[in-house]
Amino acid sequence: MRRIAFVMVLIGLFAFCWYEQGKAKQEDFPVPRPPFSEGIFPCSNCHAGMEVNIKRRELKEEHTNIKLKHGSISRWCLDCHDAANRDMLRLVNGDQIDFSHSYELCGQCHGPTYRDWKVGVHGKRVGYFDGGQRTYFLCVNCHNPHDPKFKPIKPEPPPFKPLYRYDPTAKTGQAGQTGKQ
Amino acid sequence: MAGKRYSRRDFIKLASVATLSGLGLSGISCKKADLEEFLQTHYLEMTEEDKKRTIARLEEKYLKKYGKQFTISTKGAKPGTLWAYGLDLSRCIGCRRCVYGCVKENNNSRYNPQLQWIRVIRLPEGSLINLENAEHYYNPSQVPEPGYVYMPVQCQHCENPPCVKVCPVRATWKEPDGLVVVDYNWCIGCRYCIAACPYKGRVFNWAEPNIPTEELNTAVHYLGNRPRYKNVVDKCTFCVQRVRNGRYPACVEACPTGTRKFGNLLDPDSEIRYLLDHKRVFRLKEDLNTEPKFYYFFGL
Amino acid sequence: MEAWKFFKRTLVLVAKGRPVYYLWCALLLFVMAVGLWFYVKQMETGLILTSMRDQVSWGLYIANFTYLVGVAAAAVLLVIPAYVYHFDPIKEIVVLGELFAASSIVMALLFVTVDLGRPDRFWHLMPGIGKLAFPNSLLAWDVIVLNGYLALNVIVPVYILVNSYYEKEPVRSFVVPLILLSIPWAVGIHTVTAFLYNGLAARPFWNASILAPRFLASAFCSGPAMVIIIFQVIRKVSQIKFSDEALFKIAELIAYAMFLNIFLLGAEVFKEYYSNTIHLAPLRYLYEGLHGHRALVPWMWLSLAFNITAFILFLVPSTRRRLPTLNLGAFMIIVGVWIEKGPGFVAPGFIPDPLGEIYEYFPNFSELAISLGVWACGLLVFTLFMKVAIPIVRGDFVHSKYAKDLTKIEPR
Repeated sequence: MRRIAFVMVLIGLFAFCWYEQGKAKQEDFPVPRPPFSEGIFPCSNCHAGMEVNIKRRELKEEHTNIKLKHGSISRWCLDCHDAANRDMLRLVNGDQIDFSHSYELCGQCHGPTYRDWKVGVHGKRVGYFDGGQRTYFLCVNCHNPHDPKFKPIKPEPPPFKPLYRYDPTAKTGQAGQTGKQ
Repeated sequence: MAGKRYSRRDFIKLASVATLSGLGLSGISCKKADLEEFLQTHYLEMTEEDKKRTIARLEEKYLKKYGKQFTISTKGAKPGTLWAYGLDLSRCIGCRRCVYGCVKENNNSRYNPQLQWIRVIRLPEGSLINLENAEHYYNPSQVPEPGYVYMPVQCQHCENPPCVKVCPVRATWKEPDGLVVVDYNWCIGCRYCIAACPYKGRVFNWAEPNIPTEELNTAVHYLGNRPRYKNVVDKCTFCVQRVRNGRYPACVEACPTGTRKFGNLLDPDSEIRYLLDHKRVFRLKEDLNTEPKFYYFFGL
Repeated sequence: MEAWKFFKRTLVLVAKGRPVYYLWCALLLFVMAVGLWFYVKQMETGLILTSMRDQVSWGLYIANFTYLVGVAAAAVLLVIPAYVYHFDPIKEIVVLGELFAASSIVMALLFVTVDLGRPDRFWHLMPGIGKLAFPNSLLAWDVIVLNGYLALNVIVPVYILVNSYYEKEPVRSFVVPLILLSIPWAVGIHTVTAFLYNGLAARPFWNASILAPRFLASAFCSGPAMVIIIFQVIRKVSQIKFSDEALFKIAELIAYAMFLNIFLLGAEVFKEYYSNTIHLAPLRYLYEGLHGHRALVPWMWLSLAFNITAFILFLVPSTRRRLPTLNLGAFMIIVGVWIEKGPGFVAPGFIPDPLGEIYEYFPNFSELAISLGVWACGLLVFTLFMKVAIPIVRGDFVHSKYAKDLTKIEPR
């Protein structure tokens, strides 16, 4: 009797570990909510009843605004988005992770960057570094996962050049600028 | 002998009457608050009582002047902290969001004079440290421009600060947590520190600061971002009002590319320590031996 | 009581004079009033009314300050021949020379005061009461040595003059140590002023060891040159008499100092141009122009021409010993050294600034008015000093003249 109970406990433990193995190892960081486009999440709202087509192709009916410029030769959508459950992402070994842990997915290829992000040397952190709420921006908060390269932006205005003469009405640097520079 | 000494003094009096007539007349009213401000002691010599009184007086003055209730903190340095900054030159795109974030957070004068504590300079690739080629007033339609590197410069909070060495009245000093600060009520406006700084970290309030009232930040620190006066010096304080409460400085939060890193050098788990251990860091003008705490590195 | 009477009598001396005197004082007072008006505006609005900006944070005021400290230091060039070598022609005018040094220091201190952003906080500078950063800050040293030099140069001549007034011999054990002290002190004031620029590693143009010797050399040119001109003016308008030999001796000493000045300039130019590092930029800005900015170039070449010409004029005895060429040389030195030590020294320290920016500073009208006001103030102080000192030196203003009043018996 006792031997059977012992074996059951072992089997139960084994099953539990197998089950845990199925879920991906997750490190937790204080990240904000993933920056979904308006109304796009949860994906299962549309995809729950849809047929799954894993054939690699260019999408013609939906998601036409997404042009993949991120490893587009070697990969396509369903290499990162889980085919069975569109509300989750997919790691290389097949494990599912949710969108708020997307950094694990990026870190599979971008190892050094991921290591730097984990300590804060890559990426952006805001809030309190000590004694309060801290927020680590997700990779996707700055990088569009489908087109990650930063676009040039318009810079803020340059400083005013020093004016020789004091103009009390000058609220900008350009009005009444005299003198050589 | 006494008579002769008396006459000498009178002689000097005759000579100095003409010279002293104009001085000391401007702006000295007989109000009690002004007299207290005139006689205010140096911040480091104030007792807790003195500080409370000074804060109350200043808060009332700011309320009268700007119509807003300020909370002036006098929070001291936390033990075991030494603040330092890291800047990733491979990621700065020269967008100047940090400059204006700082201006808003720190109640800097917006015009006449325009005071910006951070100066982003554009350097051509291939000639990084030769500041002769620096362009301060670049204004393209988009940044980053190809062929250029952008380097923001601000007060480096040196461990060996030349500005502290030269101040004749000790109005600027290095706090225990490594921040170089200015007591705006003690500064006499001689601008020797501006001449001494090798990084152009210090600026001068050439006139009464012009700050739009709706943009005033009322959570201030006595040594940091409280509204300043005309004719005194100010500079970046690593956002002393934020960091002593554990918050990131405003420029770190404003940067869109994650270029700026801030932390406590004495905390082995901080970002800045990781940086120093794993990245190739350098500091500006290290041959001047000022030991700045502003580390530039290349993350990519 | 006696001191008050003496003071009243000096007031009488000061109040009475020829029309030229009244005109001169009126002119000086007018210039001072204009300067004061601009200064009040500057204090109300802020230093933004000058042309100084963050890039060039010291300008005309500090330039004049540097020049005038040099002029004041040069009184030592009179004191050494008079008291150490007992050269009689100079001995006649040495007391006036010391009062001239005192007026220069008054002007220098005033220039620092008008440059300060918050002169209402001057008490922060007082040792003991404020928090004077001695010995770390060279400006703190300057405060102490300049005021000390002013005290020396007022106490010693006034003591000697008051003794002359009472027709008494000055107590040598009191006055001679002070005079001898003023010699190294004079060298000290200008060395400290040089060091306050010299110690700034951030400004490579100033961070040169040659600065202190060069300052002294140019000081010993400009100060005595002013003495030469001013004392001839005094000789003309008052009854004081001194021989031309004094002026010729001073000019000879100037010649040696000017040689040193030009030689040191040559040394600086060689070092910068030959080594050809980026620190050549300020010197190039002065003599060639930098990235199209050429405002100071003609001035610097003029200054060099003046200095060399004056050097030759003073070196050659025949031109030195003739008053017209002597005066021409003195005038050239005054202007040449002012350019070299004023704008030609302060501005290039800031050009280019530590981040490579170039802001070409040029003083505006407000600064000029205030500067002229301070010069007028110094000249007025000197005039008033002379109005009392010269009659004493000549023996016209003596106590014995008034003493007979004291022997009059008052009717009861």
